[in-house]
Amino acid sequence: MIGMREVVETFREPVVFIGRVAGVFPHLFHRRGLRRREFLYYLDLCGARSLPIVLAICYLMGLVLGFQAALQMRKVGTEIFVVDLVGFSVLKEFGPLMVAMIATGRAGSAFAAEIGTMKVDEEISALETMGISPAAYLVLPKMLSMLIALPVLTVFGDFAGIVGGLTVGVTVLDLPMAAYCSRTMEVLDSVTFLLGVVKSMVFAVLITLAGCYCGFRSSADAQGVGRAATSAVVSSIFLVVIADAVIAILYSFIGY
Amino acid sequence: MVQQSGKTPDISVRNLTVGYGTEKVLLQDISFDVRPGEIFCIMGGSGCGKSTLLKHIIGLYEPMAGDIEIFGRSIVRADEEEKQELMRHFGVTYQGGALFGSMTLGENVALPLEEYTQMSRAEIAAVVAEKLKLVGLEGLESYMPAELSGGMRKRAGLARAMALNPRLLFFDEPSAGLDPITSAELDQLILRMRDQYGATVVVVTHELDSVFTIADRVVMLDKKSRSIAAEGDPFELREHSENAWVRAFLNRGGFRGAERRREKSQRTEAEEK
Ligand SMILES: Nc1ncnc2c1ncn2[C@@H]1O[C@H](COP(=O)(O)OP(=O)(O)O)[C@@H](O)[C@H]1O
Ligand SMILES: [Mg+2]
Repeated sequence: MIGMREVVETFREPVVFIGRVAGVFPHLFHRRGLRRREFLYYLDLCGARSLPIVLAICYLMGLVLGFQAALQMRKVGTEIFVVDLVGFSVLKEFGPLMVAMIATGRAGSAFAAEIGTMKVDEEISALETMGISPAAYLVLPKMLSMLIALPVLTVFGDFAGIVGGLTVGVTVLDLPMAAYCSRTMEVLDSVTFLLGVVKSMVFAVLITLAGCYCGFRSSADAQGVGRAATSAVVSSIFLVVIADAVIAILYSFIGY
Repeated sequence: MVQQSGKTPDISVRNLTVGYGTEKVLLQDISFDVRPGEIFCIMGGSGCGKSTLLKHIIGLYEPMAGDIEIFGRSIVRADEEEKQELMRHFGVTYQGGALFGSMTLGENVALPLEEYTQMSRAEIAAVVAEKLKLVGLEGLESYMPAELSGGMRKRAGLARAMALNPRLLFFDEPSAGLDPITSAELDQLILRMRDQYGATVVVVTHELDSVFTIADRVVMLDKKSRSIAAEGDPFELREHSENAWVRAFLNRGGFRGAERRREKSQRTEAEEK
């Protein structure tokens, strides 16, 4: 049987880490508290550079989703409900989730590898002995840019996904484009859309924390850095899926 | 050990035990002082815990037992904030320089100034230029660390460590991996830091040439007994230490050097004939 002590030990380190990161948030309001250049660099890495792949993947997801829905709906002659199915699935789940997965692969692993390498090169020790908190210096810019990038990417992803559904509607189901669009406007509401975007912010926090945490505890050798990147990806995906389930339940309480 | 000068030590290590995990003790119950304005060398065979000891002194690790006082304040018992306060008086250079790879040389050196002073951009640029000149890297502000050689990176690390004119400077094997000329230059630089800025310097090294050039005092760590084998003036220890191993360690370079010189002069004489 697993004793209480083991459980406490397992969770102690991550909790201490989260506490440390939370503790440095006031740094944001200090003079030069946040390195602007670093912040812009990560905004570019996690945001702008991820946009093409986000658009492509979300469009394809919308396409596949629409196609599967079309196959089933056609049997009962309710083709127009493909619009509802694609629209809600994309806004509530696939938009935020696909963006989170892409961000995990691009940003989460990069964070872990970067911090792990800094550890190998003793840069982390150098920061500490300069009296600069690595949590403030390394985690905050990443966190902030992820908090901005993921919601924005989700908006784009949602749009691409719906266009994917539209493509199937128009080609496979021969629905008129105007009908598809007006049905979309009719059934989808802004709250559903916003809740999905908010969810992506939760994912942003989880991916950043997992990536940085794995980087900080990487062992100080080249293989350690590789393992850190791997475990960052695995634990991010795990955390994102768990959080997604929890949020689905929470949202259902408020009727969405 | 009898305190020769009346000044209080800058660093005072008391009954320190360090190691990793709960089992692996590297050094047991060691005590020594580093006095203001001296260049103090930590020596010993590789793997005996020199770097580990240094990392404890600068407050990166918590010791298993014992205490370390910096300027009379314990860095072991200090809380996070006090520790950071103390660390601001340090300059530490690491084995590989530990420059931040995402920043240029100039930005690396400017970082502590931006964090801890109210200087304007122009003032910071001036200090950065001055520090880089000090280590012989003038005009290289816009270079990235990856574009520099190992020796240049080490010197740049020193420039960054010097940025705030620290009272205490720590070096971990400054001359490892450098050619003899560059490492001799680094020795001169360390001497200059002390003489011009009055810094107290702690150097981990096993380069005997370097020790005899710069050290006022050394401690020799012994891996087997996990303790200090000898402490004192290196020339004194080389001639008069009671510990034969210490004498051998400090003499080896001297003997070999002398022999080689003799051989070489004989060879050139032969060639001249
Ligand atoms: N982070 C660490 N965790 C566990 N053991 C370590 C760690 N760092 C160093 N060691 C071990 O401690 C011993 C002393 O290392 P170190 O202090 O680096 O020696 P050196 O005197 O060569 O600088 C070595 O045997 C090394 O394997
Ligand atoms: Mg070492």
